[in-house]
Amino acid sequence: MNTPSQDVWVYVEHPNGVVAPHTYELLGKGRDLAQALGGRLVAVLLGHDVASLAQTLGTADLVLSVDHQRLASFTPDAHARTVRALGESAMPRLLLCGATSAGIDLASLLSALVPVPMVVNVRAIEVEGGRVITTSQLCGGKLLCEMELTGCTVLTVLAGAFPAEAGFATRGAPVESMAAPAALDQAPVHVLRLIEPAGEDVDITRVSILIAVGRGIQRKENLQLAEELAGLLAGAVCASRPVIDQGWLPLSRQVGKSGMVVKPALYLALGISGAPEHLEGMRNAELIVAVNTDAGAPIFNVAHYGVVGDMFEVIPALMAQLRERKAA
Amino acid sequence: MLSASPRPWQHEFNPCIQCGICGGSCPLGHVMDHTPRRVIHLAKEGLLDEVLRTTTPWLCVSCYTCAARCPSGLKITDLLFPALRDAALTAGLQPPSEVKRALDNTYRYGNPFGEGPRKRLEWAKGAGVSVPVISQVKRRVDVLWIVECYPAYHPRNQRQAQAMARLFHALGVDFAVLGPEEHCIGDCERLAGEHGLFESLVEYNAGLLERYEYGEIVTSDPHAMNSLKRVYPAMGHRYPTVHYVEYLARHLETLRPLLRRPLRARVTYHDNCCLGRACGIYEAPRDLLRAIPGVALVEMPFTRETSLCCGGGGAGMWLDTTIWQAAHERLSDRRIAHALATGADILAVSCPFETSRFEDALKSTGNDGRLVVRDILELLDESVAARSEVQA
Amino acid sequence: MKIAVLLTMVPDLVEELEIDPSGTALDTQWLRYVLSESDDHALEQALLLKDRHSASVTALALDYGDAEQALFTALAKGADAAIKIAPVPPGGPNRRGAAALFAEVLRRQPADLILTGVQATNDLDGHLPGLLGGLLDLRYVGVTRSVEASADGGLVVQKEYPGGVAAEISLPTPAVIGVISAPQPPRYVPVARIREVTKTRMVGVEAAIAVDPQPAAVIRRLYKPEPAGHATMLTGPPEQMAQELAAILEGRGLLR
Repeated sequence: MNTPSQDVWVYVEHPNGVVAPHTYELLGKGRDLAQALGGRLVAVLLGHDVASLAQTLGTADLVLSVDHQRLASFTPDAHARTVRALGESAMPRLLLCGATSAGIDLASLLSALVPVPMVVNVRAIEVEGGRVITTSQLCGGKLLCEMELTGCTVLTVLAGAFPAEAGFATRGAPVESMAAPAALDQAPVHVLRLIEPAGEDVDITRVSILIAVGRGIQRKENLQLAEELAGLLAGAVCASRPVIDQGWLPLSRQVGKSGMVVKPALYLALGISGAPEHLEGMRNAELIVAVNTDAGAPIFNVAHYGVVGDMFEVIPALMAQLRERKAA
Repeated sequence: MLSASPRPWQHEFNPCIQCGICGGSCPLGHVMDHTPRRVIHLAKEGLLDEVLRTTTPWLCVSCYTCAARCPSGLKITDLLFPALRDAALTAGLQPPSEVKRALDNTYRYGNPFGEGPRKRLEWAKGAGVSVPVISQVKRRVDVLWIVECYPAYHPRNQRQAQAMARLFHALGVDFAVLGPEEHCIGDCERLAGEHGLFESLVEYNAGLLERYEYGEIVTSDPHAMNSLKRVYPAMGHRYPTVHYVEYLARHLETLRPLLRRPLRARVTYHDNCCLGRACGIYEAPRDLLRAIPGVALVEMPFTRETSLCCGGGGAGMWLDTTIWQAAHERLSDRRIAHALATGADILAVSCPFETSRFEDALKSTGNDGRLVVRDILELLDESVAARSEVQA
Repeated sequence: MKIAVLLTMVPDLVEELEIDPSGTALDTQWLRYVLSESDDHALEQALLLKDRHSASVTALALDYGDAEQALFTALAKGADAAIKIAPVPPGGPNRRGAAALFAEVLRRQPADLILTGVQATNDLDGHLPGLLGGLLDLRYVGVTRSVEASADGGLVVQKEYPGGVAAEISLPTPAVIGVISAPQPPRYVPVARIREVTKTRMVGVEAAIAVDPQPAAVIRRLYKPEPAGHATMLTGPPEQMAQELAAILEGRGLLR
């Protein structure tokens, strides 16, 4: 039987050998939670040859590390069973994972293996008199659900829910190296290789940040502005039908009734008036920001934020701001 | 072998004399891999697979030009292309994604937009007059008004529905609508080749209409009229149905004194395919327009039977990209040039597809502002009420 | 290869969602259900495997909210068999409860490959395929954009990561896979075929065997966020609006 401690664990994701920004968000929030609960903040670091990463995890009181060749690339089985082994003696009060590709697999599998309850898509966590209250997002954000957690719980947390700065640290934390479970050597799930996306063909339905251009872009040459902004945000450029008709972008970039239906985390619409046929393709995007010279443009009825202005002034200013913040 | 179609529609085309008038008249014939004439020939030779593998089945906008001109009177529009599309779907070939979405939505929600049925009456909130729902009125009404999907859900067309409601009130018409129970009549779904979906819509609508008592059906959608008048009866369901232009023209002597505010504009009228070639209604809309004081009616090139389709019919509204990719022009762009050539201030239409298609064509061809597009309902409504500005 | 595809019915978001008087659940009066989108992809993935490797596909669903309709559609698309698990309370159990019910049936009727959508819009207490992997003690990979059978009888899947990157992973069967998308869009099936299948085919029934519920988090409040009918308009000169906008993007974690 596992007796939960009051510790808060954060599962560290480190794609490409660097700790993910989202993990810092969890560490920052985890710090506050551990304090409120009277427990320790523990960073759970699984991988191979990742000792150096512990240097940036100083927000935590302790880094629980398991180093094994079979943990180098993420597979749900290897990582979940290793975390379960770590929790054998004492499961934490909370295990925070990102609501990411790796995080949701790990959390679900672990939750059933231990077993331990789980809450997904969390965007707020509070401690009220020793009780933990979470708020989750459901149905594409149309519903919010407040939960009171009972005992040890695994949470998957939405990106951007908490500030990453609160989790940064310039010093490291003490590292406790744990042995990997014996069965890991025979684990039958193997990562064969990593597939990088092909250069040309972008599937805009799978990109989480889209910069969309409409008639307001006026000329093909002006697309470069959108491309630059997309590059800064690691997104892709898409367009409403009139731009595609001109042949300025391929059909694969068309958003709307006669194009793709997209649900990105950010849809930044530049010079798009918001005809019903276009809205059909993007109105369920999580965050819609529209820039248009016309204050009466219908796009402002579905956008979350609106800027009435000339995109050729606003976007360069925005890019300058973004560069500043990224450098900081 | 893709085309193991169990439907013996090929035999309907035995009288075809391969004259080529259909392909020659088709506004998109020049971009089809196989013209209608070729398709009929290939069908008879058992070589339909060749057609199914091309985009040809999806390039028809059901404008009825071929059917109107065929010397053998063959029902090319109503039989050939829907059968091709049905054969493609049955063989597991995927329709263009836009068509798929529209069909999925209609099957699930009774409208191609995928909007909730409960929102079907939202437009009535902006009408300024009451819009009775027949299930709540619970008595016989003179007119059951079938609003249809575009006037109910599309933001631009909702203004036409609102205008119609106000006109009914101005004329003292005893009318009611179906409200949230209304489902698509199914004309475009039928022409898109989904005969199963059309049948289920017919069953649903027949069941619905049987429940109520009314004098006649008036619809603001020529496509709904097309199916109600010409296809539903063949399936055992006959309803007295007219389009609003027929109804209002019939009551013109009551309407005329109400048309107080002059419009002072040159107006040209676009004959749409369902009212025109399919049902032969050309004078009623013109009578209505001439009744508005201040209107000078001018005719475009290619009117009445020779009118050029706007490109929206028969699933055309869901085939924009497919047709664009093949033709690199929109029929509405071609047609708007005819309207502009008349020097008219207003392009009058009577089909809900046309308003946004022609307004879009004005923008695409760089002619925004040179004329405005209005449904006849909007023009009549303007003339009846003391309204300040023509809404842009 | 025997493939089981698990279908979950979720609230249809087309209509307005209402909260019931208790404040902790959805009002079911006008609530309609639709098949979870990623389950549609899971079914497509199963059918693609069937096309290529002559696998047999069985669709399973808990019997609530139009599940039969979804099962008949699966048969019309090409599934070999369909099973509904009953009885189940209206609105269905939570995800853990669903996993337990499916697991019971799958123990009685094992499959080589269990496919289901990796997540559903109303997931709250977990995601189905991962939970199943743990309950059945089967290998599990989720967020897949492609599943292929390998020559040795196992699977090769592509697990999707941000930016179009994917990890190619091999694993043996039996296994549970959580699908996010199939290599091609879910196929269209003519309504005539669905109607035909509804008249000529049967949906099998399996008993829903309840298990002891695990302690779970308690729902305190289910509510709708403040609606915004119009955008919040930023004001000021371009530089000021740009600054505000940059702050908003950063606050949402969109700056990477």
